[in-house]
Amino acid sequence: MSDVLNEMRVLLPSQSVNEAVARRVVTAFAMQTDPTACELADIKTAVSEAVTNSIVHGYRGTKGNIEIIMRILEGDIFYIRVKDRGCGIKDVKKAMEPLYTTASEEERAGLGFAVMESFMDSVSVRSTVGKGTCVTMKKRILSRSLVRAGAAEDERH
Amino acid sequence: MGVRIEAEESTVKAFLDGEIDHHCAPLIRSEIDTAVDDKHPEALIMDFGDVTFMDSSGIGLVMGRYRLMKSIGGRVCLQNTPAHIKKVMRLAGMDRFTNFI
Repeated sequence: MSDVLNEMRVLLPSQSVNEAVARRVVTAFAMQTDPTACELADIKTAVSEAVTNSIVHGYRGTKGNIEIIMRILEGDIFYIRVKDRGCGIKDVKKAMEPLYTTASEEERAGLGFAVMESFMDSVSVRSTVGKGTCVTMKKRILSRSLVRAGAAEDERH
Repeated sequence: MGVRIEAEESTVKAFLDGEIDHHCAPLIRSEIDTAVDDKHPEALIMDFGDVTFMDSSGIGLVMGRYRLMKSIGGRVCLQNTPAHIKKVMRLAGMDRFTNFI
């Protein structure tokens, strides 16, 4: 287990307007790792998918809270956990299949988990029917200074 | 987030701006569908030049408009797509059934 260098916890009600709020909060916290614009966009998109899943699926037709825990771990790792106490997922493996959705009438593409898995280094999902779902994601941030140093190194060769 | 619609004879252009997520997608959908129902265009052009963020809700939005345009014998074109949004679209294989211009 890596050392936690910094941590922030946020509790948001499951209103769709909070999808943007969650993205802004996560962006503000992630900025301290000096991410590239691309890394930041990846994190924002993954978080948006996880929070939207909690609102659309976890708390479908009901209201509840979404807890977001963000951490900076030693080794430039950005860690985020999005947890709800909603209906839970019966078959996590099935839910993570691309294009699988239980909300097609709302034009959900069924790609939330595919986006999270593609844009983050690791995604794990724990869920219990009737109790809720917890999505944990990690991404190693190659800070801009390192990217710049790499580019300068490339130029020399 | 908003959408500005420009309708020409056989084309409806939808200029999207700001952030596209699950919260604001229904409003954009409704504005575009109203214009398409009204004009029955041959092409719907969705312009992403001023879009600063899009998650998979945007994929649902484009896929839905693709189905709508297909039902009236038309097509969907996507233009001025920023790199990160293209990344989300490619993940969904959207380059297979819409035109990037």
